[in-house]
Amino acid sequence: MNLLKEVDIAVIGAGPAGLAAALACAEAGASTLLIDANDVPGGQLVKQTHKFFGSERQHAGTRGIQIPELFAKKLVEHPNVETMWDTTASGYYDSGELVVEDGKRFIKILPKRLIVSTGASERFVLFENNDLPGVYGAGAVQTLMNVYGVVPGDRVLMVGSGNIGLIVSYQLIQAGVDVAAVIEAAPCIGGYLVHAAKLRRAGVPILTSHTIVAAHGEECVTGATIAKVDEKWQAIPGTECEIECDVICLAVGLMPLVDILWQAGCEMKYVPELGGHVPVRDDNMRTSNPNVYVAGDSGGVEEASSAMITGEIAGISAAESLGLKAPEADARLAQLKADLAAIRSGPAGEKICAGVCRATVCGGVWE
Amino acid sequence: MGRFTGGLRPSKVRLKDHPILDFSAGQEVAFTFDGKKLKGIDGEPIAAALHANGVRVLRHSPVSGRARGFFCAIGNCSSCLMTVDGVPNVRVCTEPLREGMVVETQKGHGQLPID
Ligand SMILES: Cc1cc2nc3c(=O)[nH]c(=O)nc-3n(C[C@H](O)[C@H](O)[C@H](O)COP(=O)(O)OP(=O)(O)OC[C@H]3O[C@@H](n4cnc5c(N)ncnc54)[C@H](O)[C@@H]3O)c2cc1C
Ligand code: FES
Repeated sequence: MNLLKEVDIAVIGAGPAGLAAALACAEAGASTLLIDANDVPGGQLVKQTHKFFGSERQHAGTRGIQIPELFAKKLVEHPNVETMWDTTASGYYDSGELVVEDGKRFIKILPKRLIVSTGASERFVLFENNDLPGVYGAGAVQTLMNVYGVVPGDRVLMVGSGNIGLIVSYQLIQAGVDVAAVIEAAPCIGGYLVHAAKLRRAGVPILTSHTIVAAHGEECVTGATIAKVDEKWQAIPGTECEIECDVICLAVGLMPLVDILWQAGCEMKYVPELGGHVPVRDDNMRTSNPNVYVAGDSGGVEEASSAMITGEIAGISAAESLGLKAPEADARLAQLKADLAAIRSGPAGEKICAGVCRATVCGGVWE
Repeated sequence: MGRFTGGLRPSKVRLKDHPILDFSAGQEVAFTFDGKKLKGIDGEPIAAALHANGVRVLRHSPVSGRARGFFCAIGNCSSCLMTVDGVPNVRVCTEPLREGMVVETQKGHGQLPID
């Protein structure tokens, strides 16, 4: 470990949040290093084949898979940006040094500011035999199917009816795979009704107030037992039902990936509305560590449109803290904050707003 | 060991006609899995190639002995560790497949090759 690289701003994670952040930093004139463990930009977006909802400025109507290309083109051409693919950020030290690993060696980076946009990871649920091969995360099923064209099996039981569960179910059907049922422990469907309606039209039952009790199989999944649940989400004995399937897909939510933020000593708070532990931040996405900013799902599980906005806010603010500013940055910042408020308005945004409020430092600015 | 499970028919597991995506055939490569000759697509994750060949059990837990497949497919959970070209503990859900690779079920915690 003998390499040392100095940059104004390092951005960890090149999903929609990190891409927007890096571009904002670069346009403000900061030397910017964008790091991602993947070999392509886009994060979660690379597997999303559906057209996006949201506002025009955040690429609504464009398919998720096409958005990274729009950014990547601008970034690659930008003289202030350097990228490192296939590179995992593994440690951030009190000295302000960031250690990354590219599979062959460790590289030390000394960034003046750090933007963490590492996204989120899949949640798990407890049931008998939940470790059998064939129990796959929804992200895994999407990756296998939508990126590599390999279907996960013949017949899938989907656990979770949030947007991810609904969308992945529909994508499975598009790929010619049977979806035995979508089950949901809550009494109502979690995701948007447009997605649920598509499944209903395709004849897939969506069973609310149901949970998975067990997976069956010796070496691989061959079926599952589901049951009705009471108000406390406990299985009601006698209501069990057998489902024949070779894949059990878990779409039970995401949890912010915040390891680097813990390492950076950021003040953290458990905020269930945002998916778990998140850093306390100000209105400009700065954490309690003045050199560290957060953006996208790692600051709270939301969606790609808001990830792009919080990313750009973090980028503009981190650059500004170094005295670097693009023309009209102030107007842009105000616009972004208004866009964010608009996205979070309405009934779907209520939970997010409550979470963001709890995760934001008193008054929205650090003392 | 019943590792090649039925149910998955290799002809069907690879998508050809998809309403949105185009999986125009990549370069086919040969590799081995526990000595068996298999085919996959250059650059796809080893786990995807194995899955397309009907292999879902990637290892057995060194602690409980229970079968393990992939789970997250993005290199986060370490459910998919195998020995590749003699190197143990490779996360095959993200490691790209290359011509001639030797993929093996890992025994125990694995040992680094000594050279
Ligand atoms: C099925 C599904 C459907 C969705 N549909 C929509 C939709 O219609 N509209 C919408 O707005 N949103 C949608 N979303 C949500 C959206 O995809 C995410 O909210 C968004 O991708 C989050 O962006 P991000 O940049 O914060 O994180 P991610 O996209 O998760 O990117 C994080 C990146 O960080 C990298 N990384 C993590 N840790 C490290 C590390 N230590 N070192 C280096 N790199 C690291 C990862 O490799 C990854 O590339 C959907 C999500 C899913 C799963
Ligand atoms: S399946 Fe999770 S690391 Fe490979």
